[in-house]
Amino acid sequence: MDLKRTRLYDWHQKNGATIVPFAGWELPIQYAPGPISEHKAVRETAGLFDIDHMGQILVEGEEADDFLNYLVTADLSKLEPWNSTYSLMCLPSGGVIDDLFVYRKGDGKGWMVVVNASNLVKDYKWIVKQSEGKKVTVTDISVETYMIAFQGPKAIEVMDSLTDGRTGKIRRFSSGEDTLFGVKVLVGRTGYTGEDGVELFYPADRAETVWQGIIDHGKKIGIEVLPIGLAARDSLRFEPGFPLYGHELNEEKTPAEGLLKWACAFDKDFIGKEAIEKQMAEGLPSRLVSFELTDKGVPREEYTVLSPEGEEIGYVATGLYAPWVDKYCGNAYVKPEYAKVGTEILIQIRSKSKKAVVIKRPLYVPSYR
Amino acid sequence: MKFDKDARYSETHEWVRKEGDLLVFGISDYAQSKIGEVVFVELPEEDEFEKGASFSVVESVKSANDLYIPVSGEVVEVNEALEDDPDLVNSDAFGDGWICKIKPSDMSDFDGLLSAADYEKMVSELD
Repeated sequence: MDLKRTRLYDWHQKNGATIVPFAGWELPIQYAPGPISEHKAVRETAGLFDIDHMGQILVEGEEADDFLNYLVTADLSKLEPWNSTYSLMCLPSGGVIDDLFVYRKGDGKGWMVVVNASNLVKDYKWIVKQSEGKKVTVTDISVETYMIAFQGPKAIEVMDSLTDGRTGKIRRFSSGEDTLFGVKVLVGRTGYTGEDGVELFYPADRAETVWQGIIDHGKKIGIEVLPIGLAARDSLRFEPGFPLYGHELNEEKTPAEGLLKWACAFDKDFIGKEAIEKQMAEGLPSRLVSFELTDKGVPREEYTVLSPEGEEIGYVATGLYAPWVDKYCGNAYVKPEYAKVGTEILIQIRSKSKKAVVIKRPLYVPSYR
Repeated sequence: MKFDKDARYSETHEWVRKEGDLLVFGISDYAQSKIGEVVFVELPEEDEFEKGASFSVVESVKSANDLYIPVSGEVVEVNEALEDDPDLVNSDAFGDGWICKIKPSDMSDFDGLLSAADYEKMVSELD
């Protein structure tokens, strides 16, 4: 299969990016400063992410509200126009099809669902199939919609300078329409880094206008805005405890196992609810934990987790050196009896068992909380 | 890109320099630039290594990279500074980023390694 390129591909090439294949796309994994410097830049100043690979699906029509509310785990009936929420979409088995952001459109008539690139085709097919016989239209608008994220403690300052203070008035998880560099943009006060900031949706043919415009405007007002690659995006989402599909989330694990009960509204109906409740009542087969290595080493995805006695008790879902908290750490699925904070576990790194301990989450409290 | 003329090189990107009757090892500037920011170096834990054995692992943000020793010998010193500052491998691959010193069982193995010019030619064909 041919890999897709975002409209900023040439920009990335010209600006020192290392490009790798990711979820069917050729995307920058890092730029010249490297992922650790990029990570710190987002925590300290501001960074720009090309996330056009993410998908956007419109769900509209007479029965759209009830239909979508049954499809996702969050309670959308409480969501005001312009507001958005993190949610999951589950199989009847309780396994997670995808995690997503659901935006209620400003006119209140319909929804935009933002999904992972790797799951776009699967999600679209699932939503269309479930909508059969209902007065609902499902439209994949990913190709014509560009999406970038602008994150960091200085991001709102730059945005406010561009929008005459309007961005700062948008509350967290809400959104509004604005015009940037002559381009009509949907500004969402959202993001996946643990920092304040925005995600911007706008016509794809203006991809570079807004991207370069933000960098140039930052420079003009004395704020350096760095482009940020996928490697730093991963470590930035890990520290505040945000799951990533394919790592913490998949069709085999339920939200209850993945510490995502908070994202499920059990006082309404949704696909997968029964199975999740049954599993909770009977006892979870595994639980997600965060851990820190007390021995020296770097844990990585798929490494085996052992009990202190050497029994296999789970696997590493995400493992890394986390730059801001300065720890060798990760998330692992383990048997529930090993999930308590302070529990000693072992991580099998190559031929050696390294000591680790279950730690309190999140490692980094989001700055806007 | 630096290619230290005093060092010799293996095809797996380790550099080796003579220091009296010892050999000093590290990874080449080319190799560090390819693997990116180094976050951890697993220093040699055994006392002796056979030629071709994995003697250290350099871990960058995205990958764990085995280092192979191109001569047999006994480890006499490891660079403990890398425990706190693994990024010395990035900032000074041929200097402060050295990994270990070995007393080789046969110094003539050193002469069989690639010269800086040959190694430079080899990597220029890789990119």
